[in-house]
Amino acid sequence: MSSTAWLTVFVLAVFLGFEVISKVSSILHTPLMSGANAVHGVILVGAIIATGSTDDGVQLTIGLLAIVLATVNMVGGFAVTDRMLGMFAKPRRAPGAEKISGSSSGSSTREAGQ
Amino acid sequence: MSGAWADTAYLIAGVCFILALKGLSAPRTARLGTLVGASGAALAVIVALTTPHLKHLGLIFGAIVVGVAIGLPTARQVRMTAMPQLVALFNGVGGGAAALVAAVEFLRPGTAISHAATADLAAIGFTILVGGVSFSGSLITFAKLQELMTTRPVVLPAGRWLTIGTASAGVLFGALLVPWPSTALLALLAVVSLVFGVLFVLPVGGADVPIVISLLNAFTGLTVAASGYVLGNTLLVIAGTLVGASGTLLTRMMAAAMGRPLTGTLFGAFTATAGGAIGDGGGAAKPVRTSSPEDVAILLGYARKVVFVPGYGLAVAQAQHTVREVADLLTARGVLVAYGIHPVAGRMPGHMNVLLAEANVPYESLLELDAANSELASADVAVVIGANDVVNPAARQPTGSPISGMPILDVDLARQVVFCKRSMRPGFAGVENELLYATNTSLLFGDAKESMAKVLAALKAQ
Repeated sequence: MSSTAWLTVFVLAVFLGFEVISKVSSILHTPLMSGANAVHGVILVGAIIATGSTDDGVQLTIGLLAIVLATVNMVGGFAVTDRMLGMFAKPRRAPGAEKISGSSSGSSTREAGQ
Repeated sequence: MSGAWADTAYLIAGVCFILALKGLSAPRTARLGTLVGASGAALAVIVALTTPHLKHLGLIFGAIVVGVAIGLPTARQVRMTAMPQLVALFNGVGGGAAALVAAVEFLRPGTAISHAATADLAAIGFTILVGGVSFSGSLITFAKLQELMTTRPVVLPAGRWLTIGTASAGVLFGALLVPWPSTALLALLAVVSLVFGVLFVLPVGGADVPIVISLLNAFTGLTVAASGYVLGNTLLVIAGTLVGASGTLLTRMMAAAMGRPLTGTLFGAFTATAGGAIGDGGGAAKPVRTSSPEDVAILLGYARKVVFVPGYGLAVAQAQHTVREVADLLTARGVLVAYGIHPVAGRMPGHMNVLLAEANVPYESLLELDAANSELASADVAVVIGANDVVNPAARQPTGSPISGMPILDVDLARQVVFCKRSMRPGFAGVENELLYATNTSLLFGDAKESMAKVLAALKAQ
């Protein structure tokens, strides 16, 4: 690929990054940061390719260390993001449950919100 | 997998990442988004592992297993209160990994001389420099959030010049790497970048640390993009750039939520230290009004409208469930109850929402800043639980305080204010809160959970 082609990919990805994020709800900022953090764990792909194409001991050692760190970033990042979002999932079920057991508490909290 | 198939698979993975970030924009799709992102990542790793002529497959597998064994249990077991520093740590190791990948590519025989692409060397220099900063900087943010070190701004003697000098040296070494690629220069660049990362984060005050984490997250994204360019891998370029762009935007959003220009936040320590130190001295001597859980229960029981303002202290004490019980009881007695959530309550934007969601607090009673402030103006009681900086009127002063200009929750507008605190210690930003000494403020000392449990018991006894 020519340098211009790389630059094109880069510039388009910048705009895409801004565009995709600009509509994110503010309460999801923390999961978003964590999710973006997990996405750059994809450096693991680079670490694997770089490590798998070397014969030198020093490079191999550095490469394997990079794989460990990148895996921690990727796997840990997605796992912690999922855990965070799992907690958001609960209160959406809760109002549903309240409707069954009686909606008195639900409606008065909403009044307070107005 | 090779050639066109691999590229197609990488493209699919890239689309997965875009959809993941898009999915995270709404609570309804967020979890699915994460799943899509993780699937994309898994696909990309499988493709990478099936690259033709890949050597050391056993060792690579071993390294991945080690990484999973470290990362997965940590992510599963971490307490939600400690999550911001974990994100910082994950970000730091990602930056470190990118720098190491660049080092491997640099050391590869032939890269420096025959390949000799100026842009490649520049990208390697950039990755080492920024990846190193991201790594060491993230470790310092981790240490600050974990309170392994002081959360106050640390200003070294002549720190400004030291920082500027190190940064200049980093850029210079990085630039020199292009015409004169040598291992010694690379090592020097790595050391300088690590030192600069430390110097960069040390002067940042505790309350601003989340902004720095977000910025370092964007940095890591860019290093991944640069590594991708060196390796000729479009997926890394797309994913890294996505994170770089979104991380930059998120950093700006967070800085806006705190009402401070980004440069002021990052280099504010040079000017703001005096303000941070003032609060230390005379404060303890001033009289405060303490009250008992029974007093608070009576106050709450006769109120028409109560606004809870939860902060990090609530999260640490795991008091969110008890507070919800108090709120439910008050609601059942006809008191209007709401929660005022500051954008940076907890330690990150949205952190408090995560914690309260964990305690099944109804989504709709969580009020954001503006809505909460209009409620507070007509509230009988504002109960501040383990929060300090986000309700500190000192933020309204245009200058002179480390939190100047940060939008706050106007709890001082409520008729009565109850602070539930462990001690008179200032908040994370290290700024004294005048509101604690106000005549309509009463203080309920103790662990947030125990105090709230006592208030709950007293309310039930009424």
